[in-house]
Amino acid sequence: MSATPEQVEEPRAEGDVLVATAVRKEFGGLVAVDDVDFAIPRKGIVSLIGPNGAGKTTFFNMLTGVYRPTAGQIVFDGHDVTGKPPHAITELGIGRTFQNIRLFGQMTAKENVLVGMHSRLRGGILGSIVGTPRIRREEKEADEKARELLQYSGLRGRHNELSRNLPYGDQRRLEVARALATNPKLLLLDEPTAGMNPQESVEFMNFVGRVRDELGLSVLMIEHDMKVVMGVSERVTVLDYGKKIAEGLPKEIQRNEAVIEAYLGSGALAG
Amino acid sequence: MKVPTRLGGSGPDKHPGVDAQRGPVQQQWDRLPRLVRELALPVVVILVTFLYPQYVDSLKGIQSVGDFFPSVGSVVIMIVFTMMAVGLNIVVGYAGLLDLGYVAFYAAGAYTAAWLASQQFEQWSFHFGDSGVLPTLSGIHLSIWMVLPLAGIFTLVVGILIGLPTLRLRGDYLAIVTLGFGEIIPQFVRNGDNIHGFDLTHGTFGISPIDAPGFNGLLGLPVNYRQSLNSQELFFYTAMVLLLITVFCSWRLRDSRLGRAWIAIREDETAAAAMGIPLMRTKTWAYAIGAFFGGVAGAFYASFKSGAFPADFYFNISVFLLCMVILGGMGSIWGVLIGGMVLGYLNVEGLSTIGSKLSSSTGINFEPSKYQFGIYGLIIVIMMLFRPTGLISERRHKLELEEGVHDEALYESRS
Repeated sequence: MSATPEQVEEPRAEGDVLVATAVRKEFGGLVAVDDVDFAIPRKGIVSLIGPNGAGKTTFFNMLTGVYRPTAGQIVFDGHDVTGKPPHAITELGIGRTFQNIRLFGQMTAKENVLVGMHSRLRGGILGSIVGTPRIRREEKEADEKARELLQYSGLRGRHNELSRNLPYGDQRRLEVARALATNPKLLLLDEPTAGMNPQESVEFMNFVGRVRDELGLSVLMIEHDMKVVMGVSERVTVLDYGKKIAEGLPKEIQRNEAVIEAYLGSGALAG
Repeated sequence: MKVPTRLGGSGPDKHPGVDAQRGPVQQQWDRLPRLVRELALPVVVILVTFLYPQYVDSLKGIQSVGDFFPSVGSVVIMIVFTMMAVGLNIVVGYAGLLDLGYVAFYAAGAYTAAWLASQQFEQWSFHFGDSGVLPTLSGIHLSIWMVLPLAGIFTLVVGILIGLPTLRLRGDYLAIVTLGFGEIIPQFVRNGDNIHGFDLTHGTFGISPIDAPGFNGLLGLPVNYRQSLNSQELFFYTAMVLLLITVFCSWRLRDSRLGRAWIAIREDETAAAAMGIPLMRTKTWAYAIGAFFGGVAGAFYASFKSGAFPADFYFNISVFLLCMVILGGMGSIWGVLIGGMVLGYLNVEGLSTIGSKLSSSTGINFEPSKYQFGIYGLIIVIMMLFRPTGLISERRHKLELEEGVHDEALYESRS
């Protein structure tokens, strides 16, 4: 594991990269996320866990602009991103993956990564048709960078395969590669190990730790299986019924009574 | 970090069985530079097509099958419709936006030509760059070479105006609203002869005649196409050039940043937005660029047949163009070219030739041209059953040419 609990004690970098204040989301009468305060430290790996239906993905979708919060404020890297459209948030530096993999199936692995670079490239309509030297150079550089990212993500030699033909674990890796291509400061992973076996999960978490260490990103993971994130997370936040019920070091969370109750029901403690 | 590409792969990575399977000619072919291999087919096709007027008469002289070869004039119409299909392919094939109102752009282009190169506006007299048109003629007469891009730009603006409110819709809803616009524009044209007393479109009569292209004697090129002896051939060559430009732009855009964004939106809108692609802007550009080529094709066609009539802009045309795209293979340029030429041929000449052949040889009095949309429908149904991706499907094809779709070496690269 790249992140041991000892590392957590030392402050990693100055301040928080993302601060969400009293964020709330209502769907009709249902309060999916209930005034949650949340912060992601710069270059930290934090996790948001909770049982199914706790509001994790809703919260996540507000961070990425898919939903507009009913109330509250989200500040990312000094910019107020509350209610901004997804592409603008991505451009500011939040990259994400999806719970149920959403690759562009008919595109090759490399093209998927190139799409991720969209907001970092400048090629326009006329320039692309004419093929100006500037655009040709840009495309060539993007191509090289895409190959590097694929290799970095363990997809060496697969760049010309249609993404839908890749095996499951590779599709997960490709989603991360594509998110990294947006050149993010913050990487959001929505249940990244869903559907993986324990061995694959461990490998994947090592990879996430490596990404953080080597690329200097902040990482937020959503999981409902808390075992997965305990090893790699520096801080864990627990949601239940839209409310934040606990926050702290993985060790503390594992012993937290409210968390155990949320996961296993109130009878669990008595027994 | 240099990643070895498997394209020029050598050594153990290379699949061993393939070389043995390929004959000596194919091996020679493999050794040619990549550029030559890629350009060979297009160049041959372009040359053969460009020379069609030269050998059409000999083809027509062939016994019994000669009648099936279309005349040069018919090929012009086929090319114009194929050009529109290539434009529509940007909207439907690349960006995945089901547009059932493409005929609106055809109409907008045709009427731009009608306004800028006819006697429609008798109250004004303005000549600029026109060739072979009497200087005393009233109305606006611009050179067709200016009218074509202007028609494209005008139609592009129409496309943006229609696109901005409609492209927020998805799937079926978008199809319905574009269908609506496809009907509104011909209706507007039909009733546009008295806008507060101003005759904009000349109503159901349409606008005719429209000037023909010409070069004012520049470099010994013809002064006016319609007044030339080989007028059909001149229109043919011009149509070919326009089609080639359209194909070139379509090809370059597909492989650009914008083209990737279109295909990403087609594949998964939510994921595309999360990758930093502004959905509205990108979709509107697909719509507008598709409209541009529809407009240019419409303007050229109006000049070719010297008129723009509201009866030409039926919903049928939108469906017909969509059939071309689907038959050929959505998103595939080669496919759409073939689909466009095949259906265009059947529409312009093929069905009636088949009908007359049938009745003269068997005595059965059957006119397939009366059932044309039934026949196109049948073709589409058969395609959907047996080859749903079209005659030439878009992506896999390209990959198959570059390398085997699957080879074992891939599965060793897992870390």
